[in-house]
Amino acid sequence: MEDMKTEDKLLIGGKEFNSRFILGSGKYSMKLIEAAVKDAGAELITLAVRRTNTKDQENILDYIPEGVTLLPNTSGARTADEAVRIARLARELGCGNFVKIEIMRDTKYLLPDNMETIKATEILAKEGFVVMPYMYPDLNAARDLANAGAASIMPLASPIGSNKGLATKEFIQILIDEMDLPIIVDAGIGRPSQACEAMEMGCAAVMANTALATAGNLPLMASAFKDAISSGRKAYLSGLGRVLTRGASASDPLTGFLRD
Amino acid sequence: MENNYLIDSDELSPEALEKKHRLENDPTCRTNHMEYMPGMDIIKSDICEKVLSEMNSYDYSKYTARDVVAALNHDHCSIEDFKALLSPAAEPLLEKMAERARLETSKHFGNTVYLFTPLYIANYCENYCVYCGFNCYNKIRRMKLTTEQIEHEMKVIADSGMEEILILTGESRAASDVEYIGEACKLARKYFRLVGLEVYPVNVDEYKYLHECGADYVTVFQESYDTDKYETLHLMGHKRVWPYRFDAQERALMGGMRGVAFSALLGLSDFRKDALATALHAYFLQKKYPHAEISLSCPRLRPIINNEKINPLDVHEKQLCQVLCAYRIFLPFAGITVSSRETAQFRNGIVKIAATKVSAGVSTGIGDHESKYTGKEDEYAQGDEQFEISDSRSLDKMYQDIEGEGLQPVLNDYLFV
Repeated sequence: MEDMKTEDKLLIGGKEFNSRFILGSGKYSMKLIEAAVKDAGAELITLAVRRTNTKDQENILDYIPEGVTLLPNTSGARTADEAVRIARLARELGCGNFVKIEIMRDTKYLLPDNMETIKATEILAKEGFVVMPYMYPDLNAARDLANAGAASIMPLASPIGSNKGLATKEFIQILIDEMDLPIIVDAGIGRPSQACEAMEMGCAAVMANTALATAGNLPLMASAFKDAISSGRKAYLSGLGRVLTRGASASDPLTGFLRD
Repeated sequence: MENNYLIDSDELSPEALEKKHRLENDPTCRTNHMEYMPGMDIIKSDICEKVLSEMNSYDYSKYTARDVVAALNHDHCSIEDFKALLSPAAEPLLEKMAERARLETSKHFGNTVYLFTPLYIANYCENYCVYCGFNCYNKIRRMKLTTEQIEHEMKVIADSGMEEILILTGESRAASDVEYIGEACKLARKYFRLVGLEVYPVNVDEYKYLHECGADYVTVFQESYDTDKYETLHLMGHKRVWPYRFDAQERALMGGMRGVAFSALLGLSDFRKDALATALHAYFLQKKYPHAEISLSCPRLRPIINNEKINPLDVHEKQLCQVLCAYRIFLPFAGITVSSRETAQFRNGIVKIAATKVSAGVSTGIGDHESKYTGKEDEYAQGDEQFEISDSRSLDKMYQDIEGEGLQPVLNDYLFV
C-alpha cells in the first residue's frame, strides 16, 4: 500500500497533493485549521477572501502552515464580475493563483449560479488562475466549465451546511464517468461515511467544513475524515467487487442455452 | 399594563407644550399615519399585505404543546410551525427550542460571532416617538458631528480593531440630510470594511446614492407592526407614516444595497405578533429578492433620559430567548443581532444558541468615543444618548469573552464589490 500512496497523487493545476481532504472555510476557527492540517492531513485550505483581516487581530492568513496551498474563494460574489474582482484581490493579497469560484444569488440555500460561474471561469483561466469552480452538478455546465479552462469541477453533494450527504449522488456519478477533470465533492458532506462513499464512487477529493467545525472533538473528527477518505480511495482504486442490488443472481444463467 | 411615556420638559414654551398635549390627547389633530407624505416614494409591493394578513389572523392561544413538538420535529420550519414556536405553548419547551436553534446556528454559521460597533453622528430629531430618548420634545443635549469630528471618532474606533461600523442619526432631514450621511459613509469606507446605516428611511434614489458613497447594509426598525398601536406611539413627524417605513428595506434593495435588517421594538405592543411580523417581513422580502442578505434584531424597550421607568413589560429574558430561538429555527440562514440593551450575561448565553452578531464598545451618545475608548477627554461637546445600554464591554473584552465561550470572534466577513 505504501507504493500506492506515493504514486496516488491528486493533481490540480500542475500541483501535486498527497491529501485528498480539502478544508472549506465557511465556519472556521484556528483550532479547526490546526486539526485539519495535523489530524486530517489537509494540504489545500480554502480561504474566504472577505474574511481576511486588515487589522492586527487574529488573522486566518497567519494560521496557514507552510506547505499548505491556499485556495481563496469568492464567497460573497453574486455575479461573475464580482467573483473576478475578488479573485484578483486575492492574488494581490499574495494568496497565489488558485481560486475557488463561488457565485451565489441566493442567500437562503447558497446554491451556486452555474451560468455566472462559467463566465467567471473563462475570464480567470485566461488570466492564469487555477480555477476550481463550485457548481450545481449538471453535465452540460461541467463541460462548459472544462472548456472555459477549469482545473477541477466541484459539484455540491447537498446544500452548504446541511450535512445531508450525497443528495446529488447520481448526478455526481455522471460527472465522474464523463469528465476528465478531477471531481471534488463540495458542500453537504456531514459524516466521514459520506466522504468515504464519495471517494468510492471515484471522486478525486472531498471538501468539508461544517462537519468538522461543529464536531464535539475536532481532532478526532478530522482524523476520522482522513481515514474515511483514504479508505474510500483505496476501495475505488482496488475496483469494487460485485454489488448485489436486487437480490441474488439467477443460478441458471439466462444465456445458458447458447451452444456456440 | 402600559408604560407611562409622557414626560413634559420644563424648557418647552407654553405653545409647544400645548401642541404636545394636543398630539398626545386628541387623535383627531394627528395626521393619517397610513398616508404617504409628499415626496415619499410609493413602490408597488405585495409584501405588506402578506405580512399583515398573517399577523392579523395569528391567534397564538390556539397552539398546544403538541404543535410545538411537531414543529421541532419537522426538518423544514413552515410559517405554521413558526407560529407554534412563538406561542405561549412553546415556553415550557424552551430548552428543546434552544437545542434546535443551536444546531441550526452551528450548521449555518459554525462557531463564529461577528462584532460591530454603532456610531451615532447626530441626535437631532423631528419625530415625536413617545418612548425614544431622541424625541423632539425630550430635553437632551443635541449634537451633530462635523465631518472632522466624524473622522476623528472613526479613527478612534478603527484603532480599536473594529472593521464594521453602523452609522446612526436621529431622524431629521433638516439637521442631518442625505448628503451629510453620504459624506459620513465615504469617510467610513476609508476606515472600515462594512458600513451599515441606521438612519431615517429614504427614497430609492437616495439609497442608491448612499450605496455609492459606501454603505451596503440598511437597518430600519419598524418598531411595531400593529398599525393602530403604532399610531398612538409615533405622534408626529415622517416616522409617523407607517407604510413608508415598512417599505424601506425593499427600497434599499432596489437602490442596490446588499443587505437589510429588520426589527420590532419588543414591549411596545403584543410582542408575539410583532415577532411574527418581523420575521415574515424578512422572509417574504428575501423570497422576492433571493440575493438579499437579511438579518433580524430583537431590541426590548429601555429607560431613556428623563424617563427611567420605561421597561419592556411582559417581554422578560425568557420570552426574548423564545423569540430568538423561533427566529433561528424559522430563518436558519439569517443573521441575528443582539444589542447592548441586553446584559453581558444574556449576550454571552444567546451567542451560543441563536445570535450571530453582537455590538461591542458601544456608545449611543454623540462624540464620546475618545473618552470611552481611551479615557482621554473629548475636545468637543457631546450629545446625549438615545437609550441606556446594559452591556458596556469594550471590543477587547468582548473578543476575549467570546473566545472564552469557545466561539470564534469575527471582525470582518465582507468585501465591498
